[in-house]
Amino acid sequence: MRAGVGHIGSSLSIADILSALYGESLIIADPNDPDRDRFVLSKGHAALALYAALHLRGWLSHETLATYCQDNTLLGVHPEWELPGVDFCTGSLGLGMSYATGSALAARMQKSSRRAFVLISDAECNEGIVWEAAMFAAQHNLSNLYVIIDLNGQQALDYTKNVLDLVPMVPKWQAFGWDVHEINGHDRQEIVDCITSCGINSRQPHVLVAHTTFGKGVSFMENQIKWHYWQMNEQEFKLAIEEIER
Amino acid sequence: MRKAFIQTLIGIAETNERVVLITGDLGYLVIEEFMERFPDRFFNAGVAEQNMVGVATGLAEAGYIPFVYSIVNFATLRPYEVFRNGPIIHHLPVRLIGVGGGLEYTNNGVTHYGLEDVGIMRVQNGLQVIVPADSQQTRSALLATWNLPGPIYYRLGKDEKALIPGLEGMFDINSIQVVRTGRDVLFLTLGNITLEAIKAAGELSKRGMESTIAVVPSLNPLPLDSLLQLVKDFRLVLTVEAHYINGGLGSAISEVIAENGVSARLIRCGIRVVPDGSTGSQQFLYHKFEIAAEELAKHAEDEVNKLRNSHEN
Repeated sequence: MRAGVGHIGSSLSIADILSALYGESLIIADPNDPDRDRFVLSKGHAALALYAALHLRGWLSHETLATYCQDNTLLGVHPEWELPGVDFCTGSLGLGMSYATGSALAARMQKSSRRAFVLISDAECNEGIVWEAAMFAAQHNLSNLYVIIDLNGQQALDYTKNVLDLVPMVPKWQAFGWDVHEINGHDRQEIVDCITSCGINSRQPHVLVAHTTFGKGVSFMENQIKWHYWQMNEQEFKLAIEEIER
Repeated sequence: MRKAFIQTLIGIAETNERVVLITGDLGYLVIEEFMERFPDRFFNAGVAEQNMVGVATGLAEAGYIPFVYSIVNFATLRPYEVFRNGPIIHHLPVRLIGVGGGLEYTNNGVTHYGLEDVGIMRVQNGLQVIVPADSQQTRSALLATWNLPGPIYYRLGKDEKALIPGLEGMFDINSIQVVRTGRDVLFLTLGNITLEAIKAAGELSKRGMESTIAVVPSLNPLPLDSLLQLVKDFRLVLTVEAHYINGGLGSAISEVIAENGVSARLIRCGIRVVPDGSTGSQQFLYHKFEIAAEELAKHAEDEVNKLRNSHEN
């Protein structure tokens, strides 16, 4: 609230996915370990949720977290690569998908068992580079690449169905040669189990189409377009905290 | 220069396993040997240049040195933002290879003319911009720079055979390379259009005007000391480039002259119009856009005469 910036709804949409990744799925002994799993938050505008995850993993102190969007901080609206635990700077939609594809390719070339995870938004699939990367990953059988789509049905100005309708999402990825799973993006265990089970012997890259609710957990934000950019006032902040802690 | 480039890269790749080559489905009869020698380190990214640069970013973060190869415009303009946000912002050693700078794709038409690549690359802090003038310099430039930290853009010519007399493969990232000396006019040149400046200098010599010609093979950063040392001795400097007039070598030199209080008169020779559809050979296009030897000589002669007249008055 102090920062006076938006993207709160988008961050709440992915909080459970990040909890599953950073709480269980990602194998990262140390953010500087060259053989760590890579994670790219391609929908960089939801970095607020990522900062919370990095904090809970112990890589970001409470003091640093409190500098969010202040002067001389690495914690801006979008994540910067200089921050321990952030592999790539994102904020321009689509690019992270392609970086992660390169990370997965590098892991295979180096005969490493590490994996590359990338979280993209549904509207991010408007970007051509997403599909360029999707073709490349399938062509090269990058089964160590995991894409998670935050399918909340919203984008900055409208619902996705009114902008560039993405339905049906699953057959699109199947047609591109991917191993596709549909999951509840707010069920942490389901996310973890899906990642664990999906195609160890597969030759295909994996995509988890995660059904999510924009603004999840805060009733007055859920599914509301305005909370893409809207900033909370003090009263809204109190209400939101009460609802989340309930 | 493409063949010299690939042959040199093969030599480097033999001893350095970090070197990877990615093409955007281009390089027929040029890149096959690399592909055959290093099948595990060669990728055809398809006609998808944005992803090509994005994948290279991911590879570089994991320790590789990816060389990304395409025609100038498809290497630079299409994936520009990916290159900016990826390798440049992250200080990663991705090498972008743009083939056919200027008008070398001739009758392929205006979509294939590479006319603003140096300008858009030169504005990127932290990006080395290297423009060899012939095959020999391509080889020495690559050997001297492939392992530098951070990203590099190489603008290569298509001509494999033409050599710049006097250049003899010289390359030093901190220096311009003088290939002819004379006291009246200084030509600063970008890439293989240097040959036109050499022809112009020959013509001027017949008319009693002697020229110095220096190739400027690295633009970002410019070899400032060696440039200033030369430029301060001339009253007339002409920059010559197969590039739009704004943003490229001429702009770079005008910045140097202005910022350092040099009193030389600068004539920027480059392309000053939006190219229309009438196309033809490179020589035809050089004439059309007034950057062939004849036009360069005329620009120089007119200015030399003006300076002489003003001096006499």
